[in-house]
Amino acid sequence: MTTESGADSEAKQLQENKETQKGKGKAASQPSQAAAEPTSPQNQPEQLPAAAGHSTPARKEQEQAEEDLVSHRSSTSRLSRSPLRGVKKVKIMQCKITLLDGSDYTLNVEKRVKGHVLFDKVCDHLNLLEKDYFGITYRDMENQKNWLDPSKELKKQIRTGPWNFAFNVKFYPPDPSQLTEDITRYYLCLQLRDDVVSGRLPCSFATHTVLGSYTVQSELGDYDPEELGSDYISELRFAPNQTKELEEKVMELHKTYKGMTPAEAEMHFLENAKKLSMYGVDLHHAKLVGSLYESLAPAEGEDSEGVEIMLGVCASGLLIYRDRLRINRFAWPKILKISYKRNNFYIKIRPGEFEQFESTIGFKLPNHRAAKRLWKVCVEHHTFFRLVSPEAPPKKFLSLGSKFRYSGRTQAQTRRASSQIIRPAPFFERSSSKRYNMSRSLDGAPIMENHETLMKDNAVAKVITKGDIITAVTTEKKVEEDKSEQEDTHKDAAETPEAVATTPLRQDTKTNDEQPTGDEAKEEVNAKATEAAGYLVKYVVDSIITDGATSSGPHGISLSTTMDDDVFMDGTLKEVEEKTPDSQDEVSERSVVKVSPGAVRQEVSQAISDKKGTLIILKDAEDKEDTEGKETSTLDEKEKSVVPREYETDKNDTLPASIGKEMFKADTSVVAEAQTTEVKMLSPKVEIKTDDMIPLKGIDSPKKAMASWISEEVKTEASEVISVSAKEMKTSDGLQENAEIFTFEDVRSEQSESNLVQITVSESSTASLAVSTLGWVSSSQKASPDQQEKAVVAVETEAESAKLTAPTSPDVVEVATKDMPVVHTETKTITYEAAEVDTNGDADPGVLLSAQTITSETTSTTTTTHITKTVKGGISETRIEKRIVITGDADIDHDEALAQAIKEAKEQHPDMSVTKVVVHKETEITPEEGED
Amino acid sequence: MANMCPYGRFTHAVVRGIPETFGKPAADGRENGEASVELAKAQRQFGCLTGALRQKVGLQLIEIPPDPELPESWRIEDVAVIQGDTALITRPFKQQRRSEVEAVRRVMSELNLTVVEMGGEEGDSGGATLEGSDVLFTGREFFVGISPHTNRRGAEVLADTFRDFAVSTVPVCGGARLKNICSMGGPDTIIISNSDGAKKTLRMMEQLTDHHYEVLSVPEESAANCIYIKGPSKRDFLLHRPAEECPDSASAFQKLPDYTLLPTACSEASKLGASLSSLCLLINRKHTYF
Repeated sequence: MTTESGADSEAKQLQENKETQKGKGKAASQPSQAAAEPTSPQNQPEQLPAAAGHSTPARKEQEQAEEDLVSHRSSTSRLSRSPLRGVKKVKIMQCKITLLDGSDYTLNVEKRVKGHVLFDKVCDHLNLLEKDYFGITYRDMENQKNWLDPSKELKKQIRTGPWNFAFNVKFYPPDPSQLTEDITRYYLCLQLRDDVVSGRLPCSFATHTVLGSYTVQSELGDYDPEELGSDYISELRFAPNQTKELEEKVMELHKTYKGMTPAEAEMHFLENAKKLSMYGVDLHHAKLVGSLYESLAPAEGEDSEGVEIMLGVCASGLLIYRDRLRINRFAWPKILKISYKRNNFYIKIRPGEFEQFESTIGFKLPNHRAAKRLWKVCVEHHTFFRLVSPEAPPKKFLSLGSKFRYSGRTQAQTRRASSQIIRPAPFFERSSSKRYNMSRSLDGAPIMENHETLMKDNAVAKVITKGDIITAVTTEKKVEEDKSEQEDTHKDAAETPEAVATTPLRQDTKTNDEQPTGDEAKEEVNAKATEAAGYLVKYVVDSIITDGATSSGPHGISLSTTMDDDVFMDGTLKEVEEKTPDSQDEVSERSVVKVSPGAVRQEVSQAISDKKGTLIILKDAEDKEDTEGKETSTLDEKEKSVVPREYETDKNDTLPASIGKEMFKADTSVVAEAQTTEVKMLSPKVEIKTDDMIPLKGIDSPKKAMASWISEEVKTEASEVISVSAKEMKTSDGLQENAEIFTFEDVRSEQSESNLVQITVSESSTASLAVSTLGWVSSSQKASPDQQEKAVVAVETEAESAKLTAPTSPDVVEVATKDMPVVHTETKTITYEAAEVDTNGDADPGVLLSAQTITSETTSTTTTTHITKTVKGGISETRIEKRIVITGDADIDHDEALAQAIKEAKEQHPDMSVTKVVVHKETEITPEEGED
Repeated sequence: MANMCPYGRFTHAVVRGIPETFGKPAADGRENGEASVELAKAQRQFGCLTGALRQKVGLQLIEIPPDPELPESWRIEDVAVIQGDTALITRPFKQQRRSEVEAVRRVMSELNLTVVEMGGEEGDSGGATLEGSDVLFTGREFFVGISPHTNRRGAEVLADTFRDFAVSTVPVCGGARLKNICSMGGPDTIIISNSDGAKKTLRMMEQLTDHHYEVLSVPEESAANCIYIKGPSKRDFLLHRPAEECPDSASAFQKLPDYTLLPTACSEASKLGASLSSLCLLINRKHTYF
């Protein structure tokens, strides 16, 4: 339960207001619900306990006030500190840790020490050996609880505010009787008592009674009316809403426990608590994205898009609740991959017995940080409870995604270790537990994560931390800084493009990814962009045009064109070379400007006639944002026009291909994703389009990357933040997804061999996701910005006019592009279903005929080919997705390697066309920068 | 948790007699369609059921007298959901059935159960409907079938009443009510019909649960509704439809080891869409904590 809002009533009110507004029309909205439960026997606080943090007794809030003084002081001093970094002074920070019994433990640590140092000291203080179940939490600027990462420096985690922490149970052992020491169980009990009293762990009246009685026994010992008096119990807290009746029942039971030792009472307590359905479930607020996974569908006909739910992470997997009802559950073995991108969180589900395809379900979290927090909690729980030993974090050049991995011991390891404990049972004092003073936050008010608040806390000034210096910076300022930096970079860039890329990247990283959302779009852009930088950012950008500028973005260009081989390659390469530093400048200038929707990947489809027939070219314009984040590029219509131009240069035939490359750092690897759309005409009129993406990704160790099912999504946030249109988001998602997910690959071509090919023209990434995702993509389409659409239209119109109705309105166009036109080949007629806007979302997965994956390696490249044959509505389609990873250092001529790779791909599948090529280049990132 | 003990321990059963209006169209007309039912036969079958519960299984039986004004009041399972010492008085879908709860509520109070109401129509739970025959309690968790009679709001009220347990909603496929297609056949055994719809519902339940249940599937839907009780004698009893009513399923029950099988006819009630479990509420007054 990392997320819990404090008891801060103001915040809560805000939130509630918000919710009510939002929730109107939604019967399920929390507040109304709460009101709705008068029927409950004991009138307890309602609802799912709300994504709650572990411990949030109000007491803490009080303290905060006092601590504010301290914190203020300390932050001031930091502020005033000169930026000079050279002088290393050992800085000692005072940390206050709230322990499970409610007391505070204060200690001093060096500022730069890593989290585990603090944790170990606390455990020493507590005399706790079985410590792997526990962790330390802190509150971030949004007052959300986060787990302290033991492997990272404290100062990198605690950016602002006082150094206040809490000691909590992180992994609730499913069977507490297997813990070795009583003292460990004691601390677990303390945590659970707080969970119960705060309402995070809901239970019935009867259970409150039982748990309460064991609590009394363990704390006060045998019932003794002479010593205890008749009212001895009312100073203890057992339930969120404690009634006299409850206390009487507790006493009744207490009387029956004579002779029970505290340790026994605690064991009984745990045996009861562990059976509660919400035991150890860490809740996170979220909304459903897309229209729905069948089982999630609340009711027939009900639109589940945007329905508020809770995601519960526990030892066995992921639970999905709507209000108090469990509506779905995904055991860890069912989950193939978890990822997050921006404020979305995705799980990819292993196909069931009766399903053919993996599906991906998306959830929208209140903000990016919440998504990341959820992702981390999932990674940790999965590792702790399911694995024998932790996965090694991806080192060095990590490719896409976060390097975060759970680094502690797993449950299996900790059990083994604790079986070695030979010390005599330590003596410890069971302090008087939750007394009244301690449980103020338990007045029954549900504690919730306030996303709403978060979402809007624009008013908060942002503090950006660079290195040690904390400065409050206004956004603009920041932007400027970045700009200037970028410009510098630029120059360099001109000479060496790679260098350019690199610089920004670093810079970003440094800047941090943890910035709070800003008030303004700009700020956000900033922050996000920055974040993006930190991770691998893949931008598949066709070209980024900033106001008419034609240059392709510095980093990534994604091309999706249908082309013949030669063309393709040329186009690509050229594009790469052509990257102009200028573009970057422009970009940076515009950074202030919001990212236009165009920035997001656009699909342009151009019909080109090929030897075989008509080709439709899809282009993905990914956003190109710079790594730096600051720059957001805007893609405009103009862009498009430009693009073609470039391409044409190369090609005779006509297929413009642009390949985007992202250059991050010089050295490491180039990841190229090529997405090609191939359109084949079997019959004169029929066109087939496919999206292929061939991502070449440079990954240090590709295998590892691929193997890991956990991937963090790359964030291409810049565009998104600002961007208004949902579609963009989608698009970018798709791409990102690709980037992150090592599995996606890329070239899918459809084979014409079957006569009918129906292809969906869609963003490649989206398409692939669409299959599984169902709806998450869908809604957004409409939102897409006009410009983008127009651009699309223009191109598309031409292209498609022949066979498709020429779309006149942007939307229509869009549709055409994204939706899947059904194209029937020879035997069949072509049906073009342009009308359905949402098609994207529910792409028919079709029936899988066969799938195979082949991996081969050469010196510097690794090629993974995934061939899937599916039948959709009588049309069979073969897609080949290839991911080529070129690994090497700066000495490698990536362009050459890329060209070679593409060429090979073409040779291998002469009857197919490449629909999309995405080049992704990654460079090594220094560990610190990579992840927060 | 405290309330969690293996399914099937019961000490009391509450039933309500068959009124002479049995099978008569309700006030709003035509709900029974063509079905022609024999009142006498229904009453005879009811007598057999209650006799088995009292004499064979050994439960204390509380019989609420029939009320001719309430032609469906014999479907007593619908009007309350009981777990441990808490009884949730439901709100049946049909308006004219809602007064059936009054007599049942009285009995629950007399048994010292904590009675929880769903609240008035105007209250926050307004619109919520819930019928006990859509609720499958397994001893570990609740499954609530979202059906024509039970909606999500109703399930929420239930979840809020029985907080210790996970309450999962499942679609009712292949039957009008969840317990028409499945029931408990033991502490960890679910008996379920073999139909496609029931299988779909079962898959959903399997996905939603943290536990593992044995599944006994029976070819006839009507055979899927049984009453399992671990009586005071600690023996396993299973009341099930007799071979005459479910010829293909009789052999399936033989697979249950060491059970005392009690074939119990229910043909008349079943013509009205009910089944064995519809006719009684089971209660455990010897609730033990550990």
